[in-house]
Amino acid sequence: MLEPKHVEGIHNEHKVFLYALSTCGWCRKTKALLQELGIAYDYIDVDEQQGPDRELAKQEVLKWNPSLSFPTMVLDDKESVIGFSEARIRRIVSE
Amino acid sequence: MNTVADERVTEVWERLVREAQQSGYIVNTDDAFAKDLVRGLLENEARYGYRACPCRLASGVASEDQDIVCPCDYRDADLDEYGTCYCGLYVSPEVSRGERTGGSIPDRRPVGGVSARGEEMEQVSMKGLAFPVWRCRVCGYLCARPQPPLVCPVCKAGKERFERFM
Repeated sequence: MLEPKHVEGIHNEHKVFLYALSTCGWCRKTKALLQELGIAYDYIDVDEQQGPDRELAKQEVLKWNPSLSFPTMVLDDKESVIGFSEARIRRIVSE
Repeated sequence: MNTVADERVTEVWERLVREAQQSGYIVNTDDAFAKDLVRGLLENEARYGYRACPCRLASGVASEDQDIVCPCDYRDADLDEYGTCYCGLYVSPEVSRGERTGGSIPDRRPVGGVSARGEEMEQVSMKGLAFPVWRCRVCGYLCARPQPPLVCPVCKAGKERFERFM
């Protein structure tokens, strides 16, 4: 059972879900920018998952990103943003 | 997290910077960013027993992840095309001088990793060679000797990263 972590923010208009690696610099930049902009989000560090959870997390990422790369951000359960995209993250607050 | 001591991170980062300089590579000049990646490498080393790329999900099976042990098999091609390697630990001279922006780039690694890479490279058949010729998959260094070197003298990749070239 995956247990995403939640980060509070003043912007709750969109559902932001992040699949990340705890060791990755681009994932770290993504988290930092979301936080800086005050965007509420949930995340899973896939590399920190063990056993069946790791496989489950991988399968979830694959649904949004066939190349299984990180960060993979899912917006409102319909759009996936692959890699660190500063412009796309900044647009979240204005939409 | 942060299971690796700061002193250890700094020590390894300094060594990587030095070794890169000696062999014509450049570690990202954003020191804080580079050190975080080095920390990731060391955390992966503690987890898996090898320094898997901090920005790729390792399988935990060394033979399957050989291509993403840092420096990865894709670094030099990414430096040529994008001016940065996938995780951003290494950058091109243009990026380090600020004449070009690096950033987050697509992953060149085939999905599925080594097993999806397909056939070994085609070997050039040369009769009468006194020694086989070995090629480093990471940097392309060639050498003629009975076995590949333990460590690539150019990019410091291990012996297991060599393939028979001739």
